[in-house]
Amino acid sequence: MIKFLLMVNKQGQTRLSKYYERVDIGKRPFLEADVVKGCLSRKKEECSFVEYKDFKLVYRQYAALFIVVGISDTENELSIYELVHNFVEVLDKYFSHSELDIMLNLDKVHIILDEMIQNGHIVETNKNRILAPLLALDQMSEPH
Amino acid sequence: MSPSVRLQEMIRVIRGARTQGEERGVIQRECAAIRAQFRQADNGTRSHNLAKLLYVHMLGYPAHFGQMECVRLIASPRYNEKRVGYLGAMMLLDEKQDASLLITNSIKNDLSHSSQYVQSLALCTLGCMGSAEMCRDLAPEIDRLLRASNSYIKKKAALCAVHIVRKVPELGELFTPAAQSLLSEKNHGVLHGAVVLITELCERNPDTLEQFRKVVPELVQIMKGLVMSGYSPEHNVAGISDPFLQVRILRLLRILGRNNDTASDAMNDLLAQVATNTDSSKTAGSAVLYETVLTVMDIKSESGLRVLAVNILGRFLLNNDRNIRYISMTSLQKIVQTDHNAVQRHRGTIVDCLKDQDASVKRCPPELRAHTTSGIFNAAERYAPSQRWHIDTILHVLTTAGGDVRDETVPNLIQLITTATELHCYTVHKLYRALITDISVQSLVQVACWCIGEYGDLLLRGECEETEPVQVAEDDVLDALEMVLQSHMSSPATRGFALTATMKLSTRITHNVDRIRSIVSIYGSCIDVELQQRAVEYNALFKKYDHMRAAVLERMPVIDKSSPGHTNGESAGGTMKEMEPTKLTQEVVLPQEPANKVCDLLDLLGGSAEPLQPSPALSTTPLGPVSSTAGGDLLDLLGGLDVTPVPPSVIVYEKNGVTLKLQTDRQTDTGMTVTLTATNSTDGDITSITLQAAVPKSVQLQMKAPSGDIIPAHGLGQVTQTVLLNNPNKVSLKMRVRVCYTSQGSVCQDTVQIDSFPSPAW
Repeated sequence: MIKFLLMVNKQGQTRLSKYYERVDIGKRPFLEADVVKGCLSRKKEECSFVEYKDFKLVYRQYAALFIVVGISDTENELSIYELVHNFVEVLDKYFSHSELDIMLNLDKVHIILDEMIQNGHIVETNKNRILAPLLALDQMSEPH
Repeated sequence: MSPSVRLQEMIRVIRGARTQGEERGVIQRECAAIRAQFRQADNGTRSHNLAKLLYVHMLGYPAHFGQMECVRLIASPRYNEKRVGYLGAMMLLDEKQDASLLITNSIKNDLSHSSQYVQSLALCTLGCMGSAEMCRDLAPEIDRLLRASNSYIKKKAALCAVHIVRKVPELGELFTPAAQSLLSEKNHGVLHGAVVLITELCERNPDTLEQFRKVVPELVQIMKGLVMSGYSPEHNVAGISDPFLQVRILRLLRILGRNNDTASDAMNDLLAQVATNTDSSKTAGSAVLYETVLTVMDIKSESGLRVLAVNILGRFLLNNDRNIRYISMTSLQKIVQTDHNAVQRHRGTIVDCLKDQDASVKRCPPELRAHTTSGIFNAAERYAPSQRWHIDTILHVLTTAGGDVRDETVPNLIQLITTATELHCYTVHKLYRALITDISVQSLVQVACWCIGEYGDLLLRGECEETEPVQVAEDDVLDALEMVLQSHMSSPATRGFALTATMKLSTRITHNVDRIRSIVSIYGSCIDVELQQRAVEYNALFKKYDHMRAAVLERMPVIDKSSPGHTNGESAGGTMKEMEPTKLTQEVVLPQEPANKVCDLLDLLGGSAEPLQPSPALSTTPLGPVSSTAGGDLLDLLGGLDVTPVPPSVIVYEKNGVTLKLQTDRQTDTGMTVTLTATNSTDGDITSITLQAAVPKSVQLQMKAPSGDIIPAHGLGQVTQTVLLNNPNKVSLKMRVRVCYTSQGSVCQDTVQIDSFPSPAW
């Protein structure tokens, strides 16, 4: 199962964090810093899977943003790798602009993520179906 | 105005803060404003404030004052407020907070809301942070939703059910029938959720597992549909139809087919089909193939299928994508370690893989290389068709990736080389050639130096059946070794190897002994303490103990890996190396000490048939008596508590009136505690008695402080010392003890070997 998902920029600042396994609120910054340090220090030739403590990390870099997913041992790393890409494609479809958009509309990103991953497992991977509730919400709030 | 605008402003301001302090200031102001607004309990800005608070929370600042606000927002009838409220609940609340109880009722109501989006919010939140109580309360609701007609709801309900089953395993039976019926859905989201739910149920409860074996045919059908279907725009990822679902189903099949022949049979065709039809040019396809391989190796599949799986892994090894190479290497390692039998049949394939691996190791990312090289060595060890191939492979790996070889492989390699007796000549020639080309790879240089030291005479003889003869002069060899000694690229350990090798050559060459003597004496004043110590000892060997030199430096016997005696093949130098930890407690070597030490060690080794590896001592003996610091390397054994309830003890040494007894205090299957007791039946006191011990390499030895070092005469007293032995690899325990004492003015020293230990007292 997926333990957490983080979006971090190159300076190590967290842009998005979602935990699917209970981690103490006090420990989160420490965990994030540690994980990010591990991923940021990787060179180009190294592969995208890192073994961290007793679980694994899958990370992918998109320009200045790193997406890091912590997964348990039994999960298929390549499949999560694809999932991350899928997630980015969905975000791309909705926010057709840049990452700045992503960061400024954090709540919407959460909604998208909730549609895709629930409770540590994949729910939906079809872009249209993921974006449907969000588009409906937008329509509802438009007439203001 | 949508809720995000205010949030955006705040985010902009926070990002604009140039220092940590500035940021904290901004956030504190915002939090204060938010708190004030929460207390006002009105207005449409509540959701904005909570959203801002969540952002602040994500950055790591305390946000617990927002919990009640979450509860209030969840109860609100407006969707966007509910949305933020639930999000807040998922992020800020967990079952330990009291506020979470308050939302139970809201969730319950929302689960039966008319809008599916509201229902989904509730499901999501329940699945995220529902406590056991809440789960028990709401489980029937979830079950109802599982059977509802809306696929959007069904998929979320399935995953919520997974959470419930984790929290309250007994409720698993409630969901079993629903889960089964969900498999006939067409919607992939629902299918996915159903497969996850079934996986969870099967993992929790073996009876359910039995039950679900019946659905294997259905799963096989679904997979076939996915694999053989044409292009489906809805789920297509890089040409594969819904790889996520395929991977999930394969994993479930793995769980169902494990240890069960009928289920495994039903899957065989399907797995073969997936393996052959999936396009592995993109990651998505590789992910599916990887899962297939894992499944094949785990269930009771037929051998043809296993060959196919190993072949797939072999193909992965040559892939350009480093991720795929990493995956295949880790899987191959797992397979080699666990499923030895299956892999034995595919020896040929694996050997081929290994040959290719050498090429891919170079392209491999550095941190995997150590992993890979040990994997290669392991596999080469098991599957080598001939010793010569084995040695060739090892040399090849050392030359291409020697920098990434783990340290413990060096002794293993040396041991391997010693066993291949007929290949000594060939090996030393090859290594020599490798050495003169490149001295930067430490492990290679170490192995080469050791071999040259040991088999230098073969090298100098020039003829060799297996390779073209090359005339190597003594000067050339010494030049090479000196180069290693002087090079700044050589690590201290490597220099140690080189110095020892130079010393060993002094008995194997005829003309340049003086040169060796001068090299050795130069290093007697080297800054590196380790090197200096060795050099001084070798010097002493030349001067005072020249008569012993030949005997000491003669060829090492073949080291049998399993016997106590598996060392890194070093002679005096090697034992010194392992004493590093204790040496730090010694002052810089005094001239009179080395003679003593050399005497000690040479005696031990000269008298031994199998060189033993003394493990680093954690001796707490005082630094005072010189002999005990020298003995710090070989471990002191003095029994701790001997005495009254006389447990069975064995007399291991008896001479000159000194008796040494061994008794086992405690024995577990990975270690034991023994006590050595020394008594004296002569007329004079025995003074400065020290006991030293050595054990097989994989055993760890810890010696407690001895009770003293003087044994009164006439059996009036004794000296005891306790030794703790930790034997995690459960090798046969043997121990060699050297007892050193002064009796009636003369120093005596003896060594005994203990092969069997008495059974413990209790």
